[in-house]
Amino acid sequence: MTQLHELDAASTAAAIASGEVSAIEVTQAHLDRITAVDGDVRAFLHVDTEGALAAANAVDEQRSAGAALGPLAGVPLAMKDVVVTKGLPTTSGSKILEGWVPPYDATVTRRVLDAGIVMLGKTNMDEFAMGSSTENSAYHPTHNPWDLSRVPGGSSGGSAAAVAAFEAPLSIGTDTGGSIRQPAAVTGIVGHKPTYGAVSRYGLIAFSSSLDQAGPFGRTVLDAALLHEVIAGPDPLDSTSIPQPGPDVVAAARQGARGDLAGVRVGVVRELTGAGGGYQQGVLDCFRAAVDTLAGLGAEIVEVSCPNFDYALAAYYLIAPSECSSNLARFDGVRYGLRVGDDGSHSLEEVMSLTREQGFGAEVKRRIMIGTYALSSGYYDAYYGQAQKVRTLIARDFAAAFTAVDVLVSPTSPFVAFGIGERVADPMAMYVNDLCTLPASLAGTPAISVPCGLSDETGPALPVGLQIMAPAMADDRCYRVGAAFEAAYTAANGFILKQISQLGAVR
Amino acid sequence: MSDERPTLTRDEVAHLAQLARLAVTDDELDLFAGQLDVILGAVARIGDVAAADIPPTSHAVPLQNVFRADEVRPSLPREDVLAGAPAVEDSRFRVPQILGEEE
Repeated sequence: MTQLHELDAASTAAAIASGEVSAIEVTQAHLDRITAVDGDVRAFLHVDTEGALAAANAVDEQRSAGAALGPLAGVPLAMKDVVVTKGLPTTSGSKILEGWVPPYDATVTRRVLDAGIVMLGKTNMDEFAMGSSTENSAYHPTHNPWDLSRVPGGSSGGSAAAVAAFEAPLSIGTDTGGSIRQPAAVTGIVGHKPTYGAVSRYGLIAFSSSLDQAGPFGRTVLDAALLHEVIAGPDPLDSTSIPQPGPDVVAAARQGARGDLAGVRVGVVRELTGAGGGYQQGVLDCFRAAVDTLAGLGAEIVEVSCPNFDYALAAYYLIAPSECSSNLARFDGVRYGLRVGDDGSHSLEEVMSLTREQGFGAEVKRRIMIGTYALSSGYYDAYYGQAQKVRTLIARDFAAAFTAVDVLVSPTSPFVAFGIGERVADPMAMYVNDLCTLPASLAGTPAISVPCGLSDETGPALPVGLQIMAPAMADDRCYRVGAAFEAAYTAANGFILKQISQLGAVR
Repeated sequence: MSDERPTLTRDEVAHLAQLARLAVTDDELDLFAGQLDVILGAVARIGDVAAADIPPTSHAVPLQNVFRADEVRPSLPREDVLAGAPAVEDSRFRVPQILGEEE
């Protein structure tokens, strides 16, 4: 018999709605799973056993009172620690916020709770979402369920690992340069970065405000769509929130699952397919096979060139640090978090500098200083100003491509999961993880990562992700094509997570 | 292009750290000076793009100013806000001395 923690979110919700199982039983099964495996995976920074059981109990009571339940009522979820949660510790993976308990909920948190979703706890992440491996967490690394000696990607590595390890069927991540898509790819799950402005940023601890976007993780495309529907939509508390409702992503996922892509034009981005080297062959092999699968479903495959994508890495690593150097100025040791050196002999400014020195990790300091440099007078035009112009050129490349095709595809990351510690000494070796995901971040366009195969090029068989990109506010195309691909892949190869051999994961 | 960029010196990194209110150690200065120089070298190719006549994009989605009705709404309770502060005195944030002795 399938155990409760192995069910996907849609099946779990259906079983709760029909009375087959209670929300309490489902939540307890996931808490037990966390107890069993999180000592190895370390996906969580904080598990809220009491709160989760109380929330599950409330769903069970509503059901027995005859109230209508939402489509994900009673389904457990893991929340990335960058999202503020009233009454639950929120650190953004940083020591500077250790022990902080927010006095309010993010809009994402509010919507998740209002939908009857059961929040199990807060997940580990690179400090302030800066990183691609979750090794920059100030607390501990998270381990990839496929191979515990490897990283789960990042920055939303805890949220991805929790779903891949069957500790939760759903989780929330945030994506600034690839922080949902890349961890989804290297843990073998589905992750979607919505159109910028589709999901409220209110209550997300800001990293790079013009790029940050929250989105769903799930083990299936439909599960991700169901969660997307819960969290998306206009929010008066975020001035960058798009005032119109988004497309029906759940209907798109269901349509896609029927497996027909006739008439859909798919563009393969020449600049993101490793012509210049730097991509693992195993990744490219899986990607080529995925494109063939899409063609087999009736899609028309076209090669597309987006020449300015080559400058995305340089533009991103100027814009994101510049915005972070401004955003992180709020950590001044006055209103919340750590304070160091307040012994009567140091001025406010000295206390600030000592606090930030002790509270921030190396990558955060590097980015704050790069941003300070790029924004300083004399360099502003050459760096930040020029990066913003390149952003225009990248958006124009997308616009031109989408006159000819409906979606663009690429590998999600040039590599499979790498070993913990392998890339920490060289910041640039870490940054190239985001090569394929950065263009959609800079253009604010939606993109999904769906598992598309396994590569054993670096040792054990490890998952590879297919990235599907669409125009702004056309997130439904990502879900439709993603679900069609998933159905074909699973029919041919079986459910990818069944091939995890560690943790005694799935049967 | 990137080769013409002057290297970032240890003193310049110390100045950046001071501007960013980071009391970095000598060891960190040695480490960061090398790393920041490599990063800036890698991003300097942004200058290779001929973009003089290209308008900058600050946000992916065109933004309009958003107004809301000027209504009084409840704010967070004072004790909830102060609960997360490192130091509180008389229901206020307590801060270290703002003026140094030389002032």
